[in-house]
Amino acid sequence: MKNKYDVLVIGGGPAGALAAKTAVEKGLSACIVEKRQAIGTPVRCAEGIGREALHEFIDPDPRWISAEMTGAGIVAPDGFFMKLESAYAGNKVGYILDRKFFDRELVWKAAEAGADVAVKSRASAPIMDHGVVKGAKVEYCGKVTKVGAEVVIAADGVESKFSRWCGIDTTVPVREIMSSVQYVIADIDIDPHATIFYLGNEVAPEGYLWVFPKGERSANVGIGISGKKSGEGHRAKDYLDRFVKKTFPDGKTIEYIPGGVSVCRPLDSTVADGLMITGDAARVVDPLTGGGIYNAMYTGRLAAQVAAECISKGDTTREALMIYDKTWRASKMGKAIERNYHIKEYLIRQSDEKLNAIIHSVAKLNLSEFSTLTLIKELIKVNPKLVLELGALAASLH
Amino acid sequence: MLKVHRDICGYCGCCVSVCPEGALELIDAYLSVEDNCTSCGVCAKVCPLGALEVIDEK
Repeated sequence: MKNKYDVLVIGGGPAGALAAKTAVEKGLSACIVEKRQAIGTPVRCAEGIGREALHEFIDPDPRWISAEMTGAGIVAPDGFFMKLESAYAGNKVGYILDRKFFDRELVWKAAEAGADVAVKSRASAPIMDHGVVKGAKVEYCGKVTKVGAEVVIAADGVESKFSRWCGIDTTVPVREIMSSVQYVIADIDIDPHATIFYLGNEVAPEGYLWVFPKGERSANVGIGISGKKSGEGHRAKDYLDRFVKKTFPDGKTIEYIPGGVSVCRPLDSTVADGLMITGDAARVVDPLTGGGIYNAMYTGRLAAQVAAECISKGDTTREALMIYDKTWRASKMGKAIERNYHIKEYLIRQSDEKLNAIIHSVAKLNLSEFSTLTLIKELIKVNPKLVLELGALAASLH
Repeated sequence: MLKVHRDICGYCGCCVSVCPEGALELIDAYLSVEDNCTSCGVCAKVCPLGALEVIDEK
């Protein structure tokens, strides 16, 4: 690690890796600092990503694809099963990644492109000059190094402490943190090519429970519940343990991963003087699905592209970096976040009876495009009353 | 006072994201509680595992 870089990236997840890789490809010097001892662990992720979303960044590699998906299913609170398939039978619609290897691959690519990487190295404070971010203090084995940078890209995940130290409020409202636990369970009977979502206030209040295949007979079995609904005796782990005991009594848990996923709106501003905020740290997780891998890679890459332009012009003020903020908000991703936020807010207010009624309306859907938008549109088609309930939101779906 | 049950904590950082004071920090596999903690208990509520507890000092 040197004492000065064009771009200093805090965090070695998908957002940080894409930011560093893009920065060096644009001719900048860049370094990733990762506080954990290894890239890729702990996983803290259900590991699902859509087919097109992944292909936009990298071609799938069997070394980090755990399973290929051809469909999905939604289990209503009363147990009714709705099957979702591609309109093109047997088509791959998404993947379950092996994030331990996937994240490592992304950081490898950044390193091979020329980025420096430092693990077990924690950015413990920003270097500030008259309110402008000028770098970070980085701790490694008890030693503190000052690392200067033209732009710091915060990609420090759900904790998002770096931006907070720079004066930006990144606090997630209690009701909008998904308090989560996931087990990797081996030797169980599952559909190895479909992601299954369980809904209902008894199963996962204001959240959902998932079974995402990791192989022929193993899966990520996890849950996220609203922080508001969490408390002694009714925590995410309590709900998950109850489900697993009932559904996979003979399964063998080979990994135990707690976590937190934000389902709030993104930060009001994802830039400051000398600072850009990306991925989970920027709260750009999809509020409906909790998915964040694509959004992290997208914002990480975009941040570095904008940083490169601003650095070349010698202007890294908030105003100059603002084009990053504006671009992602206007992007397909930004619009999906806003739309899905409203859909999430609608869904968490519905009773189990109402959810049952919506899901009962159809036993099987063939989706032309495997997205939440297409799913919602199809559900509205068979539940015309939803148009009234969704109001302005329904109009925006077209 | 906020007590961290270190035998239960899975060092995931869920609590860090909701702390209104920014008083929690996850240092690899160690959750640190800083002096500005007000023992508000928000973190203890959202912890997926029940690793945090506000203890009455009296």
